[in-house]
Amino acid sequence: MDNKQNPPILEVDNLSISFQMYDGRFDQKALQIISELNIKIYAGEILAIAGSSGSGKSLLASAILGILPNNATVTGKMCYNGQMLTPKLQKRLRGTEIALVPQSVDFLDPLMQVGTQADGHKKPFPTQKRRRFFQRFGLPSGIEKCYPFQLSGGMARRVLVSTALIADAQLIIADEPTPGMGLEQALDTLKMFREMADDKKAVILITHDIDLAFAVADRIAVFYAGTIVETANAHDFQIGPVALRHPYSKALWRALPQNEFESIAGVQPYAGNLPKGCLFAPRCKCKTPRCMQESPPLRMLRGGEVRCFCAK
Amino acid sequence: MKNTVKQIVLLFLKNSIRMLSLLFAVSIISFALVSVSPIDPVQQYIMGIGPVSEEQRAEIEAYWGLDRPPVARYIRWLSALFRGDFGTSLLYRRPVTEIILERFQNSLVLMLCAWGVSGIIGFSLGCVMGMNQGKWQDRLFRKLCYFLSSVPTFWLGLVFLLLFSVRLGWFPVGFSTPIGMRNSEVRIWQRLHHLALPAFTLSLMSFSDIALHTRQKMIDVMNSAYVLFARARGEFGWTLFVRHGLRNTLLPALTLQFASFAELFGGSVLAENVFSYPGLGSAVSAAGLHSDVPLLLGITLFSTLFVCIGNMTANLLYGVIDPKIREAQS
Repeated sequence: MDNKQNPPILEVDNLSISFQMYDGRFDQKALQIISELNIKIYAGEILAIAGSSGSGKSLLASAILGILPNNATVTGKMCYNGQMLTPKLQKRLRGTEIALVPQSVDFLDPLMQVGTQADGHKKPFPTQKRRRFFQRFGLPSGIEKCYPFQLSGGMARRVLVSTALIADAQLIIADEPTPGMGLEQALDTLKMFREMADDKKAVILITHDIDLAFAVADRIAVFYAGTIVETANAHDFQIGPVALRHPYSKALWRALPQNEFESIAGVQPYAGNLPKGCLFAPRCKCKTPRCMQESPPLRMLRGGEVRCFCAK
Repeated sequence: MKNTVKQIVLLFLKNSIRMLSLLFAVSIISFALVSVSPIDPVQQYIMGIGPVSEEQRAEIEAYWGLDRPPVARYIRWLSALFRGDFGTSLLYRRPVTEIILERFQNSLVLMLCAWGVSGIIGFSLGCVMGMNQGKWQDRLFRKLCYFLSSVPTFWLGLVFLLLFSVRLGWFPVGFSTPIGMRNSEVRIWQRLHHLALPAFTLSLMSFSDIALHTRQKMIDVMNSAYVLFARARGEFGWTLFVRHGLRNTLLPALTLQFASFAELFGGSVLAENVFSYPGLGSAVSAAGLHSDVPLLLGITLFSTLFVCIGNMTANLLYGVIDPKIREAQS
């Protein structure tokens, strides 16, 4: 990371997201999904956000873009290129500077031809530019007249990725881009993200596939129960628990089939039922009485960041 | 493109065969129902011409073929239908086809107006409600829809008649033309003036269905993954509505609207009676009340055809608009 002298393209500081839910007929309660989350991403790198499925990672993407549902409450601070990311700025950046690459063909309107859809709503339509990207991704020229249901999964993926390139976005948020793809397709897709990052763009790769995160990312942020417990260079994950900082990251590494294939007891706490203090404490082997009371702040450690009192 | 046309023609043929077989089934059932009903067509006929003797009565029965078994009578009736002979109305003493065509013109204008108005108002309100889910527009219009769909048509018709025709005098009390005028002298605006109130009443009956249905569909669309992605790409408000909302809600709304021909026809029977409007709806109730068998059977078949055409149009439209269905049918 030779470009860390530059300010981060996106900085998320203490982001919390909660939802107002009806509990019974009249009582409203707030359901906290993301708690005090911090990430930084720099131009030219891929940051993988890795965590188990259904833990609220996709909401992070919506929060950055400012398209959360109305009943969501957001606290914390986000900065884009040093500017406060206000709803007004988000509205301006959506689809121009910040682009989302969604998961699957379901994110394409079933009744709109793929070409028209990739062109987007902004006039003049970038049709020529779009055709060049379609060609570069090996999409046959007839495909632009097809409807989403006529595409294969891989084609749909390439169409979705091309939308980010057509917009010439500086920050690309890819949400689970590879599930359901063959190995070859997955590597192909990842190569596209690598090319984007090499082109001085910043890519956030949200995934539950740890192997994938190792393979392509520069840095990996480990997501647990709605927060980032550790951010480390991808290299640290190749070395193993010695280089890692947080007990959960170490457990995650050990749980991989190619390593010890050993899982730890317990499950991730559900939103609405979060423990007091450190979110990982109930499952942690090295917890102290302090861990059960206070939430550990984020601190720098050996070139990474960790949220743990005990990490050395 | 050529392929698409071929598919649509094929689809049309398939639907036509289905419709013909349905018409055949309806003709059997309705004929059977009339046969076992206590209606005596000879008695109705005699009432029109004065007292007759037993022998004369038997002669009439033999002349009409009523002494033969029902199956033979049905075959005779059906073969007459194929020649375009629907018989003579006992009530109006004129050929049934003539009455149906004349009455249907009036009804068609009425139903088309009501259908168009309810479709446009219903769909627009549905879109407004769906796009503003939970806000005051949604709450207000939804209450209106629930209210209108629970109010009977004939009652609403009577209220309008009392309010707008009797109290305020804005609209005539009944009929499709001013009383005492020749048909050729009636101006178009006079016809429209007579049409307005029954058409409005009829459209109020069916618009809440389409509005509530469109609302739900719009909410589903707005919560869909593709709308999330569209919003992530900077679409919002009107653009989002036109590019994704409209496109994805129009098809189910159109289908529902064409499939509502049956309710429309049912509603027109009530509305035409309340407003003394000389359409098919008032003719069918008159035929029923006065045991006019040929007219009743004729209108039954004709209304079946009408409803079938509505459903067929809905099917064909589905094929034209939804690419998925177009592909599946080929």
